[in-house]
Amino acid sequence: MWPGRAGHGFVAAYTLLLIAFGVVPTVYAVYFAFTNAGDTFAGLSNFTAAASDFRFVPAITHIGLYLVFWLVSLVVFVVGLSLVLHRLAARPLSKVLRFVYYIPGALAGAASVMVWLFMLDPAVSPAGFLLRGLGYDTFAQVIAPGHLPILLTIIAFWTGAGGWIVVMYGALNNIPHDMIEAARIDGANAWQIARRIQIPLLRKWIVYMAILAFAGGTQLFVEPELLSQASNGVAGRDYSLNQLSYDFAFQNNNVNTAAAISVELLVIGLVVASVFVTRSGFFDAD
Amino acid sequence: MTRKIRERAGRAPRVLRGRMLSAALGGALVLAAASACGNGGGGGGGSVSDGFTQAAQTGGTLTVWVDSDRLPAAQLYQKENPSVKMDIVTYDGDANGSNYLQTKVGLFNRTGKGWPDVVFSSQNNEASWAVPEGFAAPLNKGLIPSSTLSGWATNANEPCSVDGTVYCLRNDLSQTVLWYNAALMKQWGYSLPTTWAQYQQLGEQVAAQHPGYIVGSAGDNFTPEIFMWASKCGANQVTSPKAVTVDAKSANCTRMASVLDALLADGTMSKSSVFSSDFDKNEASKILMLPGPAWYGGALFQSTFKTPAGQISAAAMPQWPGESPTVGNVGGGTWLLSAHSKNLKAATAFLTWVTTSDDYQGKLAPGYPAYAPAAKTWLANQASSKYYAGDVSSVLQTAANEVWSGWGYPQFSQEAIWAAAVLPGMNAGKTIASLLPAWQSQVANYAQADGYQVTQK
Repeated sequence: MWPGRAGHGFVAAYTLLLIAFGVVPTVYAVYFAFTNAGDTFAGLSNFTAAASDFRFVPAITHIGLYLVFWLVSLVVFVVGLSLVLHRLAARPLSKVLRFVYYIPGALAGAASVMVWLFMLDPAVSPAGFLLRGLGYDTFAQVIAPGHLPILLTIIAFWTGAGGWIVVMYGALNNIPHDMIEAARIDGANAWQIARRIQIPLLRKWIVYMAILAFAGGTQLFVEPELLSQASNGVAGRDYSLNQLSYDFAFQNNNVNTAAAISVELLVIGLVVASVFVTRSGFFDAD
Repeated sequence: MTRKIRERAGRAPRVLRGRMLSAALGGALVLAAASACGNGGGGGGGSVSDGFTQAAQTGGTLTVWVDSDRLPAAQLYQKENPSVKMDIVTYDGDANGSNYLQTKVGLFNRTGKGWPDVVFSSQNNEASWAVPEGFAAPLNKGLIPSSTLSGWATNANEPCSVDGTVYCLRNDLSQTVLWYNAALMKQWGYSLPTTWAQYQQLGEQVAAQHPGYIVGSAGDNFTPEIFMWASKCGANQVTSPKAVTVDAKSANCTRMASVLDALLADGTMSKSSVFSSDFDKNEASKILMLPGPAWYGGALFQSTFKTPAGQISAAAMPQWPGESPTVGNVGGGTWLLSAHSKNLKAATAFLTWVTTSDDYQGKLAPGYPAYAPAAKTWLANQASSKYYAGDVSSVLQTAANEVWSGWGYPQFSQEAIWAAAVLPGMNAGKTIASLLPAWQSQVANYAQADGYQVTQK
């Protein structure tokens, strides 16, 4: 028997599933991206077909705009709220707030979008007075295409940020109390402690969050798809790159070009992740 | 009716949801690659008969795919024909433009098995892909006698026809008529408009005399099918299986756009979808007129708006003077028979029964039957319900034969294009006339993406 067999046993099932549903499909996607419908090598033609499609540039623009709003709001608010929560650590309010932040994350992905479809309809929303106050009387006005980057950010933040706040809160708890105490004795105020000690020590967690949020953001699908259906198509069924890929595969019957877009998303995710990792010293030993 | 929102994704952390899609896509690719044994195969070397290569006829279970609205049809057939072994599968029927059927047939084509024998779809454009994919069997080459086929309303099977061959049968029609509140019309002393000019004039009168009331709605993605279609606006004229002529800026289009724009400007044309909560809340009780399909009567007025009986009636759609009467169409499903069926006799018998029988189409079907004799029974049943103010039968019957045949049924969704190209601009205060060029270029773009040869005018 080999040493550490228990550990290997634990990861074996995961590894098998990863190979079956992660690695093999990825390899197939790459194969499809470089071949045509007749299974012969097609060079980069699928990539140029995707890039020259009239929906491609708008989809990239939409995703780019959404990523800017989503990543900035995620980093700023998650870190900010976590720091505030940590300040309130001793009080019962902190527990209540952590619970409240986490609740939306407990809703299934599509269900959380359904909640927002309801929230964004001035005729039925409990916040309808706010929407009407902003000059929006109908659902179609609220989800005008120009509003989508912000609306999608709000939905994504509401659904996903709670979990990250809990993670950041845990990371803040790991910062030795002595260090904070020493800074306080040296006269540092709350802002200085956050700025000079807590945020730098959270850096790796922030990078981790940014990598996953970026990868998730580029693969935006469920939110615009449901908004599109709920709005009778006003939001557009090919708003994001993933929707475009889906359309190529199942609307245009062109799995090769669909695969090319998937591979592009994979490459973008890998490149950005490696830039973040190398720049932040993510794997450096403390 | 087609506005239900379906959840497609399961529970997953946000950051992983996109990956699941990739995994799903990857999974589909695995299936596809694992069975890369040729497209559309599976016939098994049968003989050529009735205009296509048939699979070896082994009989067995008849597999029928229906949506929930058509489930009673299949169940009734099973009850009336207990000797037929049936496997009735309920699926979403493609409502909302999902590609479920197309996707599944694509996979069955690759694996060479699994096709249903008969399938219902709530989309009219299935022939546009089901024929090139080799799924739909030709029906007028021997399977169904021409004496039966001649019973359908004029142009009813147009969406199912490719180069003169009929590949599916229309279940119901959704011809447009002018729904109106007869009680209010009488009370206010208005007479029904017979031309679009009169319709616009009456709208302007309503704006001045009864502000808040509406004479129609332009907020749905099927607005072009109600109004532009009725005006013979050729936004997507499919001229051959893979060619389309796009002419969304012609006089036929602009004349209707200007009627809509005038009424939008004075507030008597609603910008909300008739299925939206704000329409239900603010406008449903203020409808004087509402041009729309045959199913508006039962599905909207009776079920959704709960308009009391004895108020609503239907009249012929307004027309353009000097032209033959034309109306539009919003929906109406189709039945397809699989060319791969190993049980063609039973499949054909079911298909014929489900589309023509009085027992189902005449007495049970929710929509106006496309098969004319069944439609008569259906109308008699409607009349006996006493819901409408007066008899709507003759109006619906006449309109059934007036649907303009120039509107194409291409592979791309005309509704989705209108929704994305025109509705946001209209909601932002732009005129529909100013958005027609955007509509045209989007129709051309999507047609090209689906491989159509596009001619623009």
